[in-house]
Amino acid sequence: MPKINLSHFEAAFLFSVFVSVVMGITSKKTQNERVHYGLYCFGCFIVALFGIGWAMRLGHG
Amino acid sequence: MESTPQTGADSREATPPMTVWLLPVLAAWIIPGAGHFMLKKTGRGALLFGAVLLMFLFGLGMGGSMFTPEKGPDYLTSLINYGGFICNLAAGGMYLLATMFGYSQPDMPGDVHDYGTKFLVTAGLLNILAMVDAYEIAVGKKD
Repeated sequence: MPKINLSHFEAAFLFSVFVSVVMGITSKKTQNERVHYGLYCFGCFIVALFGIGWAMRLGHG
Repeated sequence: MESTPQTGADSREATPPMTVWLLPVLAAWIIPGAGHFMLKKTGRGALLFGAVLLMFLFGLGMGGSMFTPEKGPDYLTSLINYGGFICNLAAGGMYLLATMFGYSQPDMPGDVHDYGTKFLVTAGLLNILAMVDAYEIAVGKKD
């Protein structure tokens, strides 16, 4: 198995993509709703990623 | 055995026969998205297959470890071990193949290994969502 060495950001970004795809597909009933919900989830992940990242940086000084 | 006829709200909430949903759900457990393929939802099946498989492969590539169902020194450790094992097992065929061919790696310190372990666990959890979705489609709760 090839070794993959990802940074925290890269790992979190990939995690967001995969989880958003599955959440979008499984949570809603129409195609439009699925696409919108998937994008919404992805957006929330990215906002949380940057938000919590900055909060930790500012918290640590 | 035939179920007795029910009326009103009871009939709406009646459990659908197992023959309708068992095969798609079992297929979805063994191969992510296979339940959707069986139910002719190929686009969604392909996306689920890709997302869960890639997540699992990235987890293995990052050196993530599989949980084993064993008692720990305290309640929390046991809970993590058993919970993690159930999530790993939910990845179905991928988990079975990975352990059979020796890709189950020991738990090692390091952030990348830790991300890998989380990826492996999450792949199983996402597969549970895919199985529930296949069930809902099979019993007609969803298109």
